[in-house]
Amino acid sequence: MAKDVVVGTPGIATGMFAEREAGSLSRGLRRSGVLIRRNPLGFIGLLIILILGAVAVLSNFFHIPPYALNDFRAGQPDEGMSLAHPFGTDAIGRDVLSRTMYGAWISLSVAFVSVLGGSAIGTAFGIISGYSGGFVDSFTQRIVDTAIAFPGLLLLLIIVQTLGPSFSTVVLAIMLGIIPGVTRVVRGAALSEKNNQYVEAARAVGADTPRVLFRHILPNVLALAIVIMTTLLGAAILAEASLSFLGLGIPAPAASWGRDLNDARNHLPIRIPAAFFPGAAITLTVLGFNLLGDAIRDIADPRLRGSQS
Amino acid sequence: MQTFIIRRLLIGVVILFFLSVIVFTLLSVVPGNPATQRCGLGCKTEQIKAIEHQLGIDKPLFPVEVSGSTPFLHFYGDSQYGDWLRNVAKGNLGQSTYYNEAVTTAIRARLPVTLELMILTMIFTIAIGIPFGVLSALFRNSPIDYVVRLTSIFGLSVPSFFVATMVLIVPLALWNYSPPIGRTIALTSDPWGNFKQFAPAAAVLALGSAAGIMRLARSSLLEVLRQDYMRTARAKGLREGAVILRHGLKNSLIPVVTVLGLQMAGLLGGALIIEQIFTLPGLGQYIFVELFNKDFQVVQTMALYVGVVVILLNLAVDVSYAWFDPRIRYS
Repeated sequence: MAKDVVVGTPGIATGMFAEREAGSLSRGLRRSGVLIRRNPLGFIGLLIILILGAVAVLSNFFHIPPYALNDFRAGQPDEGMSLAHPFGTDAIGRDVLSRTMYGAWISLSVAFVSVLGGSAIGTAFGIISGYSGGFVDSFTQRIVDTAIAFPGLLLLLIIVQTLGPSFSTVVLAIMLGIIPGVTRVVRGAALSEKNNQYVEAARAVGADTPRVLFRHILPNVLALAIVIMTTLLGAAILAEASLSFLGLGIPAPAASWGRDLNDARNHLPIRIPAAFFPGAAITLTVLGFNLLGDAIRDIADPRLRGSQS
Repeated sequence: MQTFIIRRLLIGVVILFFLSVIVFTLLSVVPGNPATQRCGLGCKTEQIKAIEHQLGIDKPLFPVEVSGSTPFLHFYGDSQYGDWLRNVAKGNLGQSTYYNEAVTTAIRARLPVTLELMILTMIFTIAIGIPFGVLSALFRNSPIDYVVRLTSIFGLSVPSFFVATMVLIVPLALWNYSPPIGRTIALTSDPWGNFKQFAPAAAVLALGSAAGIMRLARSSLLEVLRQDYMRTARAKGLREGAVILRHGLKNSLIPVVTVLGLQMAGLLGGALIIEQIFTLPGLGQYIFVELFNKDFQVVQTMALYVGVVVILLNLAVDVSYAWFDPRIRYS
């Protein structure tokens, strides 16, 4: 089971970019055995993500949670933990367990869409910037400097508040937050790829710049891009949760852990379970992605071990 | 060194310029005309025009405009962006409509709160992060190492607003205790009350940054311990403590200092949520309230202000490298 998913992560990108990743795919297969033995924490992370993914899909499409998302007749308001409501109920009697299960879908889908989009755009900018050099490069890098210098959360808040909160604006804001970092890292890789002989060879046989960029340099920086993507997923989950905690996430009636946590916090009498479980769900998801990301980074590039703070 | 600082300052100016353009553009596309809002219902077109003129919003947005028609580029002597920059440069940061006070007054009142929060957070971060990171590296693969590593990955994963919520509601539910909320207690008049008010917020903020520092201090010290000069230091008969402290630790702190500086910048963002949750009237809470009340002019100015602070912090970090590592010489 684990084998499938270690391969699954590069698989996402395979579908997106090019279909010539078969080499790294089989390498991934061989390495997945190493992951479990050498990196039990990474395996735990993988399990967490798998289970959460299953919960998200089963809740959203097959409605397995015991109560409907906004069923305020599920129980009395502010019930404690019981067999009927293992996580208790919220201020208007909705079942917290069911809401937490439904929340997984929003959280994971926002994270995946924004990280895939942001990494794709960032990778494109990165290889163009690194390969072109000169004015294009320094101009791009100064914009990247600007974006990195600015507190990410403030940027997210400004974007969502100006455009109005919705699924697409939240995804757009998180994407914009991701692009600069990816651009910077991929640019560095492209810069060192550019001096390789295969680039010269490709140019010598008459390949134009877009062809060199996307058929020759891109496949060589792809592994790096995938490693960054895994580490960014946790950050994207956190970003979505922060936005919805501050009231700028995807609006109701969609379920969001951040908003549920905030609602529980602002309600008297205090019911700890109604605040604890949505928050614990966020923590668990981010933890899963961080553990998995660390493991993938260790396997893909041992030199990077522990370098990310 | 001087050339390096000057070059970095120049790049800083370029970054600030980009930042001002981006923030200005972002916030001027907000739908809704302030003139129509001020004028109220049943307002005549001429009245709206007059108010627009008075507010200066009938001017073009930027001094340079690109359009499809000929001439391709249009230049204007007078623009909204120019007005804004001129005012900011003069120290006239504008007026908050929501609080009905000058932005400079608000900054003066709120800066000490944010500064105290950040300093306390940094103290907690260094006091927890570095010692545990060092222990973890020195006793690699021991139980202590595993506990530190697990704690740090947990600290990096748990959202600060979740911990903050728990820190506030659990004592409230169990013991009916809450840290002093609302009015800030001055450090000078009641140091203990002030600490009770700031410490929980700073501890929550420090959890994430200390986790990062622990990891970094660990991996950085492990890297240094492998160096040849460590072997030399031992070979010449130095005691183990001196080898670790003087040769190992000092060299391993270089990346730690960088990241601490970057974290300071990140704390400005973190303070946004934490000040809001703990109702500390700092700059973060100010920006948050202004943003929510769509007082975009103030948000523009504050975003620029934050940008200046972050750029100066980054510069300070770069310069401090040279102090920590004499091998680095900027040319």
